[in-house]
Amino acid sequence: MAESIKDKVAIVGMGCTQFGERWDTGLEDLVIEAAYEAYEDAGIEPKDIQAAWIGTMFNTTAAGTLASPLKLGSIPCTRVENACGTGHEALRNACYALIAKAFDLVLALGVEKMKDTGFGGIATGPTTSGTEAWRPTYFYGVSPPTRYALAATRYFAKYGLSPEQGKRVLAKISVKSHYYGARNPRAHLRREITEEQVMKAPIISWPLGLFDCCGVTDGAAAAILCRAEDAKNFRDDYVVFKGLGAASGPGMGKVLTTYDFTWWDETEGAVRQAYEQAGIKDPRKEIDLVEVHDCFSIAELIATESLFLCERGKYKEQMSDINAYYVEGEMPVNTSGGLKSFGHPIGASGCRETFESYKQIQGKAQEPSRQKKRWKTDKKLALAHNQGGHPGKFACNVTVVGLP
Amino acid sequence: MTGIISYGAYIPIYRMNRELLAQVWGSAVGRGEKAVANFDEDTITMAVEASIDALGGMERQADGLYFASTTPPYREKQCASIVAAALDFPADREFFTADFTNSLRAGTSALKAGFEAVKSGMAKKVIIAGADCRIPAPDSEFESLFGDGAAAFVLGDSDIAVEIEGTYTTYSEFIDTWRREKDAYLLTWEDRFIFEEGYEKHLPCSIEGLMAKHKLTKKDFSKFVFYAPDARRHAAMARRLGLAPKEVQEPLFDQVGHTGCALAPMMLVAALEEAKPGDRILLANYSDGADAFSLRVTEQIEKIKGRRGIKHHLNSKLMLANYGKYLRFRDLMEWQAERRPSDISSLTSLWRERNQFLRFHGGKCRRCGTIQHPIQRVCAVCQAKDDYEEIRLSDKKGTVFSFAMDERAMVKDLPNVSGVVDLDGGGRCYGMLTDREPEKIEVGMKVEMTLRNLHDGSGIHNYCWKPRPIRA
Repeated sequence: MAESIKDKVAIVGMGCTQFGERWDTGLEDLVIEAAYEAYEDAGIEPKDIQAAWIGTMFNTTAAGTLASPLKLGSIPCTRVENACGTGHEALRNACYALIAKAFDLVLALGVEKMKDTGFGGIATGPTTSGTEAWRPTYFYGVSPPTRYALAATRYFAKYGLSPEQGKRVLAKISVKSHYYGARNPRAHLRREITEEQVMKAPIISWPLGLFDCCGVTDGAAAAILCRAEDAKNFRDDYVVFKGLGAASGPGMGKVLTTYDFTWWDETEGAVRQAYEQAGIKDPRKEIDLVEVHDCFSIAELIATESLFLCERGKYKEQMSDINAYYVEGEMPVNTSGGLKSFGHPIGASGCRETFESYKQIQGKAQEPSRQKKRWKTDKKLALAHNQGGHPGKFACNVTVVGLP
Repeated sequence: MTGIISYGAYIPIYRMNRELLAQVWGSAVGRGEKAVANFDEDTITMAVEASIDALGGMERQADGLYFASTTPPYREKQCASIVAAALDFPADREFFTADFTNSLRAGTSALKAGFEAVKSGMAKKVIIAGADCRIPAPDSEFESLFGDGAAAFVLGDSDIAVEIEGTYTTYSEFIDTWRREKDAYLLTWEDRFIFEEGYEKHLPCSIEGLMAKHKLTKKDFSKFVFYAPDARRHAAMARRLGLAPKEVQEPLFDQVGHTGCALAPMMLVAALEEAKPGDRILLANYSDGADAFSLRVTEQIEKIKGRRGIKHHLNSKLMLANYGKYLRFRDLMEWQAERRPSDISSLTSLWRERNQFLRFHGGKCRRCGTIQHPIQRVCAVCQAKDDYEEIRLSDKKGTVFSFAMDERAMVKDLPNVSGVVDLDGGGRCYGMLTDREPEKIEVGMKVEMTLRNLHDGSGIHNYCWKPRPIRA
């Protein structure tokens, strides 16, 4: 009989590199930086690690990407990949190995070195993942911003927003992301912006402009995990998993006319699992902090709705008080700066989101103005949403962590 | 009776005002404008367009397809077979395809060969599609003169709208314009020589030959459709033949340009658009000798309706904003090296998925009826496995459900407009909108499908169907 993951696995140490354009830092350096911070945080030695999971999209072998720089010895080392949802996938797989009692102490690490390519943004051109691989004509040249712009256009049309009105709603989200990025020392983009700057920024893929798009960033984040009953051996302020939802959709958004781009079924599927495991009945009353996968401003908006954190189609109304989504508001979202400002190294983001939850719960958000002080319950529930793919074809993970 | 059942034409949506060339080169202003193929068009895609126009709603049943062009996208590899597949003619039965090339007479050569195939009884229905997209040397007279376009005819032995009464052909080894294997641009000789000894001698010769052979005189024809190398020579030939202006089919130089081997066929389409039952039309074409045809219009011509032909295509246009766009479209310069990965393709994948991409078939689930593209072996709605029929989607119109306009894409014409399109009758497809004005794209816009070359990755022309706003 399947059981909920609630309170079974603990995070006892985490590390996260400086995010940014790390010209002088290679992939191996990023891995080492994140892993050793996590070791130190957990108070362990590298030799204590019994198995490891590495999440990366662009680097193919676990041995080369993780075991080699960290000199982990001859232990199981697994690479997982779910496009931009890779980071959470590494955590999730590590959790279940612990529950199976195959290991007692494991490392999960997400990393991506994005800035060695010689160009800005992420390459378009032939697609290189999943069933679209080597299809020379289908889905050719569709950039990530374009994939999300399709959702923005549709959201505007469905809810009767003019492009100006729609872009202004999205602009408020980006302003918030930059507000927190500016207050987060490890974030990539650390400058506050105004709504007018967002509105006037060059278009990347209409209707999305420059400030609607996340940074292309180098970075890594790592977690040391053990079963909850062993966590006290490492620290008192450990954090436990309350729910781990995962959903890979069939990707029929561009095939079936019933798909409308303004609601993400995979997010709904994953979060329903997570809420059920965690025993969450009313997320708006129980969840304290949310990190959503905001690779684009529209992604934050639709994710917030699809996670049942606001009513469907009501993001705009609830944004009439933008403070609702700030750190001491009713439903704080992306107080780290999000993928938008913290940056988005593909394989790292899921682990990095969980790093934010972990540090906030421990009261270690570094910059005081960013630290959550009032919590709805003593469980301090923080949700992180990580997804790979694009509207119409997602693999989504939702993680809820909190105090035991 | 043997002849033309239906006709169609294609003129690319983009036009270049010849003033643009005068601005760029500081030369004298040429008259009018010329048609310029979009960056994703070539003679295969234009031939497909003209053929679709000619076929109208006809069943895709025929015995052959002849493709004519001096600028086939492949130098080795037949183009007619690609055109036939894109048009979704069945490939599991007898069907004759052939390319006619290397001569400005290729269009009428194909027409004559098709006529002979039907007349001999070897074929009952043959499609003739001629297209040219000749790249003139920058700052040359040819640059102002040349335009891009296509024409197509459905030939057959019943329901004839234009009977082909007779033909007459001469050949000549005469050289006037030519290209060797590695020549990027046309070579030519002093114009007075090539026109006086070539065009002006051979064309009248074939016309006289036709009349003598079929015991016809000038008075038997109501319209003369004849090739000319340019407008001045066309007018001179009309004078030489002693024709009144109303007897002469206007050439397309001022509106479309010299469309190579498609010029005479396109002029014929323009003539047929105005033709009345009983009219007799003389068609003459020149190069490497000359062809002449005697054509008789029947009552059936009245039944050909809804063709875009020349007239509608002429009125549906977008002006090229600048010469730079043209340089991009035809890839006429060395560009700054692209730092992003270049396009790649897979012949294996193209072949394996030819039905759903080149023929643009979707799968219609036999259990729940849902139309899906690309074809899903397991139905996305009812999960029925391998229980679908293939249906052609290329002739469906659709509605833009959502769109995005990428300003950073690696395409020759930014922005790259991506659209999710819901097709009339069911099914959704995804593609890049072409022949579009970005500021006019909106949710709910009606679109139709057009075959285009998506990219040239791995040295392959990667054809696929793109949505475009419905051409007026």
